[in-house]
Amino acid sequence: MAIQGTMTARPFGLPINPTDHRSTGWWGMVLVITTEAAFFAYFIFSYFYLASMAHGSWPPEGMPALTLALPNTIILLVSSLTFWWAESGIRHGSHTRLRIGMLLTLLLGIAFLMIQGVEYSHKHFTPASDAYASLFFTITGFHGAHVAVGLLMNIVVQIREWLGHFSAERHLAVTNVALYWHFVDAVWIVVFISLYLSPRWG
Amino acid sequence: MAITTEAEAPTDRLREIWETPRGLLGTFTTVDHKTIGKRYLVTAFIFFLIGGLEAAAMRAQLAHSGQHLLSPEAYNQLFTMHGVTMLFLFASPILSGFANYLWPLMIGARDMAYPRVNALSYWTFLMSGLFLNSSFLVGQAPDGGWFAYVPMTERAFSPGLNIDFYTLGLIFLGISSTVGAINFITTFFKLRAPGMSINRVPIILWGTLTTSFAIVFAMPALTVACIMLFFDRRFGMHFFDAANGGHPLLWQHLFWMFGHPWVYIVVLPAIALASDMIPTFCRRPLAGYTFVVLSTITTMILGFGVWVHHMFATGLPQLSADFFSASGMVISIASGVAIFAWIVTIWNGKPVFKVPFFFLAGFIVLFVIGGVNGVMTASVPFDWQLTDSYFIVAHIHYVLIGMNVFPVFAALYYWLPKMTGRMLSERLGRWVFWTMFVGFNVAFFPMHITGMLGMPRRIYTYQPGLGWDTANLISTLGAYVFAIGVLLFLVDFFRSLRVGELAGDNPWDAPTLEWSTSSPPPPYNFAVMPTVRSPYPLWEKRLGEREYSDLHAGAVLDTGRETFGTSALDSEPEEVLRMPEDSLWPVLLSLSLLVLFYGLLTSLWWLAIVGAGGLFVTMVGWLWPTDITSPSPPRSVVSIARGA
Repeated sequence: MAIQGTMTARPFGLPINPTDHRSTGWWGMVLVITTEAAFFAYFIFSYFYLASMAHGSWPPEGMPALTLALPNTIILLVSSLTFWWAESGIRHGSHTRLRIGMLLTLLLGIAFLMIQGVEYSHKHFTPASDAYASLFFTITGFHGAHVAVGLLMNIVVQIREWLGHFSAERHLAVTNVALYWHFVDAVWIVVFISLYLSPRWG
Repeated sequence: MAITTEAEAPTDRLREIWETPRGLLGTFTTVDHKTIGKRYLVTAFIFFLIGGLEAAAMRAQLAHSGQHLLSPEAYNQLFTMHGVTMLFLFASPILSGFANYLWPLMIGARDMAYPRVNALSYWTFLMSGLFLNSSFLVGQAPDGGWFAYVPMTERAFSPGLNIDFYTLGLIFLGISSTVGAINFITTFFKLRAPGMSINRVPIILWGTLTTSFAIVFAMPALTVACIMLFFDRRFGMHFFDAANGGHPLLWQHLFWMFGHPWVYIVVLPAIALASDMIPTFCRRPLAGYTFVVLSTITTMILGFGVWVHHMFATGLPQLSADFFSASGMVISIASGVAIFAWIVTIWNGKPVFKVPFFFLAGFIVLFVIGGVNGVMTASVPFDWQLTDSYFIVAHIHYVLIGMNVFPVFAALYYWLPKMTGRMLSERLGRWVFWTMFVGFNVAFFPMHITGMLGMPRRIYTYQPGLGWDTANLISTLGAYVFAIGVLLFLVDFFRSLRVGELAGDNPWDAPTLEWSTSSPPPPYNFAVMPTVRSPYPLWEKRLGEREYSDLHAGAVLDTGRETFGTSALDSEPEEVLRMPEDSLWPVLLSLSLLVLFYGLLTSLWWLAIVGAGGLFVTMVGWLWPTDITSPSPPRSVVSIARGA
């Protein structure tokens, strides 16, 4: 047994509540993201299931336009980059990078939601029009809600940064919110491919 | 920090650090896993009694043909709430209760990884259970069966609040299951005592870990399905509406992607509890530890691939049905491994026939019957004859009562002495077992026959002259005998609290760590942190192990609420985890959820917004750090001697 080999009689030091990838907080966020990923996976399954069962053309409302969705996708991707830049900043002790990066991420996230709102208002159907419309609004709506939650967490992290809670060694909240934000971005890529691109292939 | 012996450990100081103050505030703020575990057990058992009363009313109605004690509407609500209560509010939470109480004691830790999340999980379970049952107060309990098939549950056919209680209540309860599962997973991988590598943990940890992963992946399917049904009903969407591009079978797919794993979620930990108790009563280690663990995991994974066997009668393509039929049969091989492991253990051991062992033996018999009639229904042509008949009612009860209730009762007789400090009665306990075992078989075995005679499930009454009367009367009598057994257990329980024999630390001469603590254990669980060197730390001498675990000397960790964080597989100490203090946030967060869900139920959007706002405020308050005194980490270094 490997453990017996390494259990030698030497004293050693143990850190208290480390904040790196060994922390329980990090494990918690990873598992939350896992179950959230499953949540979206079942929605995407439902989308393809109903698409495969559809009589007539899919989507019944015509192809969803890319005019707003494509730039919006790029905005969200860039917001992941700015968050990554902010987080790696605080890892090296740069509060300036953290503050600027978080603020940029916040603004990009707000822009994403506003453009999404504009796109909704251009749709000539409502969630109650047919099953496709229900899927479209529910899936993008839940994704939008996740973006909104991510923005709230972003604001809380910014307030805590101004109160001086973070340092190069201790910034678990930043890391966890960053993880969540990258996840919300990744979900959008899947939603975008499924809802906007996949109908064009087949 | 040096090695301290148990006698030298500052137990007064530890008690001061870990004990929750008595009184109203302590009641709502405690995060002690033992208190939470006991609350889970008591609450789940009360739901078991409520579900039992619902069943008793139904059996009274069915005792004879043509009875009208209950209206069809009342009967529909009763069988639905019976299923929902037993499956969601009893079978799974009672196992969470055992796991919450036992895990830290079994792995030599002082609490779960997220003590406050543990409290949140309990409060949310309680409040979602109250939410679901509050539907009776307005006379609109869910009435679409526990799987609530559309289109019958769509607004057009069910305009009341009944199904809204169901969809929202299950989303609500799902939050409790999910956060609980995440807590178990992290606890398993981070908090095991030094030296307790993954091949040395009690089987219940594997059982709960496996099902926790299953909850993380399966629960969202139910949540998604319930959200869609709620949107269909409330906002006129069309997910399941065939006239507008939706499909009713989408509900069935999503429900059973969740529902079939759920069956394993409520039986695998119970089976694992059996694997931990059987060695004690056979006086020898479990045969094939690794195979039992692997069969648990394999059964769960396969459990995700069989959901369609609930849908054989829906006109699926033949090939698809064949595939799911085959995978259903393969499961019986995986789950059979555990049975053989127990038989070998019993065969090679010297069984001691105490009350828990009676329940375990009864459980093995029922497991085999429930498995066999399960394999029968996995066969497509046979299933076509039996689906929606009383044969299925017999099958699910053999599975759920046989594989959940019987091991749970064994576990109650086995571990209650640890929790209360007093033994239950050996004599009364045998009466409890035989009454329950005989009553159960008399009640449910005849249902195989009524099913084959063509009696459909979920009918509120039936015509005379169909040949179902005698069998139904026998079933009703058996059900009441079973109920008497449960009441006898309650008598035994309350008697033992007052006059039960004192249990002592280890009344069963059992091998695992929880029995090295006092009964009941102190608030801090262990005065010194144990180091583990075998799967059966208390049996090492008699098993002739080369190395002994250190149970009476180790680190104290008394500068706050602290426990060891260890590596995921080999359990080497990596850090000292500082645990949170008692907190009011969990109960406030659950209350916010309750407000939110009542707001959604009643379409009072301001109420929903109040709930959501409360949710945000409590989450920020919860996560706001309490030790911001220094922005740099408190890197005080703790040294212990590693190993012997």
